[in-house]
Amino acid sequence: MDNKGKIIVVTSGKGGVGKTTSSASLGAGLALAGKKTVVIDFDVGLRNLDLIMGCERKVVFDFIQAIKKECKLNQAIIHVKQISENLYMIPASQTRDKDHLSLEGVQEIMEQLVQEFDYIVCDSPAGIEKGAKMAMYFADEAVVVTNPEISSVRDSDRMLGFLDSSTRLAEVEGKRIPQHLLITRYVPERVENGDMLSLQDIDDILGIPLIGVIPESRIVLDSSNQGKPVITNQDDVAGKAYQDVIKRLLGEEIPLRFIEAEKKGFFGRLFGAR
Amino acid sequence: MSGIFSFWRSNKKTSASIAKERLQVIVAHERSAASQPEWMPKLQQEILEVIKKYVEIDSSALNIEVRNEGQDISVLEINVDCPIK
Repeated sequence: MDNKGKIIVVTSGKGGVGKTTSSASLGAGLALAGKKTVVIDFDVGLRNLDLIMGCERKVVFDFIQAIKKECKLNQAIIHVKQISENLYMIPASQTRDKDHLSLEGVQEIMEQLVQEFDYIVCDSPAGIEKGAKMAMYFADEAVVVTNPEISSVRDSDRMLGFLDSSTRLAEVEGKRIPQHLLITRYVPERVENGDMLSLQDIDDILGIPLIGVIPESRIVLDSSNQGKPVITNQDDVAGKAYQDVIKRLLGEEIPLRFIEAEKKGFFGRLFGAR
Repeated sequence: MSGIFSFWRSNKKTSASIAKERLQVIVAHERSAASQPEWMPKLQQEILEVIKKYVEIDSSALNIEVRNEGQDISVLEINVDCPIK
C-alpha cells in the first residue's frame, strides 16, 4: 500500500437526511484525530457545507473554478482552523451548474488531493445526477446516510446499486467499493413503540455493515446555527455517536450506543406522557 | 416492553412492520429491475404492442425478464397472461 489519502463519499440519494451534517462531522472528527482532512462540497449550485463548517465568509474561489483552472487548487482550499489545524474544505460553486463537473477535471483534482491529504471526504448532493455520480466515482469507501424512514431506505438501496456499478473501483478494477451504513435521526423510543423502523429492520433490507447510529438530537440544529460540526459537542449524544463513528472508521471495534430507549423511572412511567 | 402489556400489541400490526413489509417488496422489485438490460423497457413496450394487435390484454399481463443460467447462458423469458375467450 502507498501513502495516498483515502477518498470517502458521503451519499444517500434522498435529500435532507444529514449528508452535509455528517460530512462536516466526519471531516472534523478525522482532523481532530490527527488526520489531515479535506471535505469537498459536490452540491454545485447549492453550496451549503461552508455554512455547516462555519467558514462561509472565507469563500473566495470554489471547486468548479479549480477544475476549470481559473484558480490554483490551493486557492480554493479553505483552512478551517477554528475547528482543527488539520481540517480543510473546498466549497461548491454557487453560480455555475453541475455540467461543469467533468470526470477528467474531478480526477485531476483528486489525484492532487490524495498526495496531500490523509482523507478526502466528498459531500454528495441529493439525487442521482451528475454531482452525485461525480462525488462517488473516485471513492475508496462509501458512507450511506439513511433515516429510519421508508423513502430514505428505498433511496439508499438505489444508491447502493449505483455504488456497485458506477464507480472507478467497479468499472476499472472490477472491485466492490466498501460500503458503510450510517443511520441518523434515530429515536429508540419510537422504535420501541413500533412506529419507527429499527436497526434490525434497516439491516434486513439494505444488508450493509453499520458504521454508526446517530440519535435524534436538538443539538444538531443548534450546531448548524453556529457553524460548528456537531461532533465538536462533547456532551451531546449525537456528538458522541459521531465520535464513535470516527473510531470505527479508523479501525476500532466499539459497541453501538444510544440505541435503547431510556428506561423511565417510577414517576416517569406515571407522569411521562407518550 | 414485554410481559403482559405486549399482549395488546400482539394482534395489531405496528406501522413500522407495515413499512418494513412494503420496503421489502419494493426493494426486491427495484433490484431485479436494475439488474435488467437497458433495452428491456423498449422491448417490453414493442412486444406488448404486437400482442395487442391480436389479443386484448393490458400492460400488466406481460412479464418479461432476462435470467442468467450459469456462466454463458442467459434466458429471455416472456410470460403473457391471455384472457380466455
